[in-house]
Amino acid sequence: MGRPRIALEEVSLTYLSPCGATQALAGVSLEVHPGEFVSIVGPSGCGKSTILSLIAGILQPTAGRVLLDGEPVTGPSQRVGYMLQRDYLFEWRTVRENCLVGPEVQGQDMARARGRVARLLQKTGLSAFADAYPDQLSGGMRQRAALVRTLAIDPDILLLDEPFSALDFQTKLTLIDEVWSLLRAEHKTALLVTHDISEAISMSDRVIVLSRRPGTVKSVHEIRFAGPERPVPFRARSAPEYGGYFHRIWSELDPPGEVNRSVG
Amino acid sequence: MSDEALLARYRQAQRRRSLAVAAARTALLVLFLLLWELAAARYWVNPMLTSRPSAVWQTLLSMGASGSLWVHVGVTLQETLVGFAVGMALGMGIAVALWWWPALASVLDPYLVVLNALPKIALGPIFYIWLGHTLSVYGMAVAISVIVTIVMLYSGFGAVEANQVLVMRTFGATRGQILRKVIIPASLPTVMAALKVNIGLTLVGVIVGEFLSARAGLGYLIIYGGQVFQMQLVMTSVVILAVISALLYLAVTWAERLVSRLLHLPMRS
Repeated sequence: MGRPRIALEEVSLTYLSPCGATQALAGVSLEVHPGEFVSIVGPSGCGKSTILSLIAGILQPTAGRVLLDGEPVTGPSQRVGYMLQRDYLFEWRTVRENCLVGPEVQGQDMARARGRVARLLQKTGLSAFADAYPDQLSGGMRQRAALVRTLAIDPDILLLDEPFSALDFQTKLTLIDEVWSLLRAEHKTALLVTHDISEAISMSDRVIVLSRRPGTVKSVHEIRFAGPERPVPFRARSAPEYGGYFHRIWSELDPPGEVNRSVG
Repeated sequence: MSDEALLARYRQAQRRRSLAVAAARTALLVLFLLLWELAAARYWVNPMLTSRPSAVWQTLLSMGASGSLWVHVGVTLQETLVGFAVGMALGMGIAVALWWWPALASVLDPYLVVLNALPKIALGPIFYIWLGHTLSVYGMAVAISVIVTIVMLYSGFGAVEANQVLVMRTFGATRGQILRKVIIPASLPTVMAALKVNIGLTLVGVIVGEFLSARAGLGYLIIYGGQVFQMQLVMTSVVILAVISALLYLAVTWAERLVSRLLHLPMRS
């Protein structure tokens, strides 16, 4: 394999607050290659989201290096799209205007951005709602709009921070397939953080299991399905290999509970 | 019964209810004026002390004819509108500065708390000595509205959904972009609430300022009328003041509705 698109080298991060120092990550190393879909699972509070903030350039590591195509991350990059757990759409902007906020902020060519957004809205079935306001949309549609907003800056890396966790089960399964197909068709590199093992297995080429805080990489699981083509996530859930992966990862995961460790 | 018929009956009941409320309101006012007039006419109360609606009406007509009514109303209105605009603009500017430099906000916080609690009316004589009899009224009007504007807006800025700001930061937005595209639009309902509070407060500041020093305006008329014991002049000025404050409040409410509709903002009732 060539040079990784995303690389973390022995990354540690400690949060400081008046209450004391909390180590979130302790020596995390991982790689994501171009076009790969990788998931990170782990108990809550294990620093999963922190990893995404580091790659997005919103946080700086206390130790170690975060690299994009071999270049250290110094701040937010136009190449990285970040999708949050909830949509956080701006209620005073229409869906289209919400989706254009990234290109606007980055001073991109707006004519091209408009074309891209129109195409993405079409693909996500939102064309009819382009000029509607967020409060007129259902939860699933709002999260689709948030996906389009993230993709509007045309990033080649996508960071997904539990983007399906706030949706009802049916919407979630549909949206997972849609997002997965869209990212695959556009050859994006994606890193998904989730606590949902089935979501991770069904979407990913690899699943990284993180230990309880301070987070370290506990194990890495290559996900392979028999057949000429990778099944879409919904079908992957009923593939014969699925159960084996699920039980292996489930047994790796630290049980929840246990108080947070902090030095103060 | 069909849905249409049910709906029609419901609407009719609603209409009847709001008509009844409007009628009761009008009746209350008419009853009050009648009782006032009657009490003064029958000497149940001393008309020298209470004046009477007919005397107020007469005063209103003669002052309108002589033109002095418009002079005083004009002075008070101008002071209120200018004070309101300056207070809002200054308050907004300072609130933005506090948001921009959090260190400044930490340093100034206790001073803002004290200034907010201080009765601004106590500053009246100081403004009079520093600014003279005309400008001190504006000083009073601004002083009374600016601190509350700063406090309301700054806490409004802080209450903006942190993750909406995070969305902007992931795109690499600058502080100015975050201010223009998230903080300001998300805080517009707070700005509207501040406008509503301030239109009333500014009027208080103007009248107090006029009490202390002015040569014209409704506050001056009230003090003058009191000193020469012309209660009809005092009562007339108070009535005009009530009408002006109601109209100003209505104007702000109307502006709020317009802005909310244009910018698709949630109404904060």
